[in-house]
Amino acid sequence: MKLETLQAVQAARENRRAVVLAKRIADGAEALVYGDAADGELAAHADVVAAARAALASGRSDTIDTSIGKVFLHAYVPPPRLIVVGAVHIAQALVPMAAMAGLDVIVIDPRRAFAADYRFPNVTVIQDWPDEAMERLKPDNTTAVVTLTHDPKLDDPALEVALRSDAAYVGSLGSRRTHEKRKARLLEAGITEAQFARIHGPVGLNIGAKSPAEIAISILAEIIQTRAALTEPAERKVRAA
Amino acid sequence: MAATATAAEDILGTAASWKAEGRGVALATVTLTWGSSPRPVGSQLVVDQNGNMMGSVSGGCIEGAVVREAVEAIRDGKPRMLDFGVTDEQAWDVGLACGGKVQVFVERVG
Repeated sequence: MKLETLQAVQAARENRRAVVLAKRIADGAEALVYGDAADGELAAHADVVAAARAALASGRSDTIDTSIGKVFLHAYVPPPRLIVVGAVHIAQALVPMAAMAGLDVIVIDPRRAFAADYRFPNVTVIQDWPDEAMERLKPDNTTAVVTLTHDPKLDDPALEVALRSDAAYVGSLGSRRTHEKRKARLLEAGITEAQFARIHGPVGLNIGAKSPAEIAISILAEIIQTRAALTEPAERKVRAA
Repeated sequence: MAATATAAEDILGTAASWKAEGRGVALATVTLTWGSSPRPVGSQLVVDQNGNMMGSVSGGCIEGAVVREAVEAIRDGKPRMLDFGVTDEQAWDVGLACGGKVQVFVERVG
């Protein structure tokens, strides 16, 4: 692989821009195919570029037969995001675990003592009001949102943005009783019953988690479960049968 | 959310930084799988000229053989396609215990 190709793929990944690296297996000749552009030795072959665009859409890498021989299509699509609202103790366990599981993690907390960078190495920490930060981040259908502050002033506005977005997963820390009170407040604020029902609350799989690390595991497991059900419904049905 | 081999470890980033340190670097990439294979298509292993490695192309079954080929690829600059599986002669040596088959493309970086 050319060093420039590697650097271009890295630049695309840093900008959350999807790219497919097409590589002829016989000689390693390459092309980089984006949604709106294609560069490299193989970019002149329309069938290769068309197949690469299909891989761009599906996010799946594959080896295919083309007019110029076998070509490997390596899809580099942006990883799913996790937005954590509340730079609290549970977040300190959840954030590194989620990053290790391949999620692109963003932490939001307006409180300086909590949102300190040293508490969350190697992830993006935004010290701002959750609703304003979330409006900028625009949760999409590859984004999970978890609120952990316990403070309605911070959690509720974040949940309102999340529930009006396409977020793939919305979870909120709190007991059943807390969750009922949250429901009353959010319905008052104009959230519908159906929108509220999207919240996973109490958050996380019920594995008897107690410590911050255990709760983090239960939340991450629920996010993984939700994503798997979205992306592999047929496969999971077979497994469950 | 897209199902993809996400870069929990940043293999390409490691390849770039090893290269910047002046090391010889090769990338091994899973390009095809059949049956049960532990790592999906697109999984990568980065190797330097001394056989140091990060990432994986299997559950640890074939990495040893892939690293040897990668060190060769760093030396001669030629890309190669490796086949592993139970029907291979290599099965007894470095084959996949899980019964799957996997094809791995190995090439030098830069």
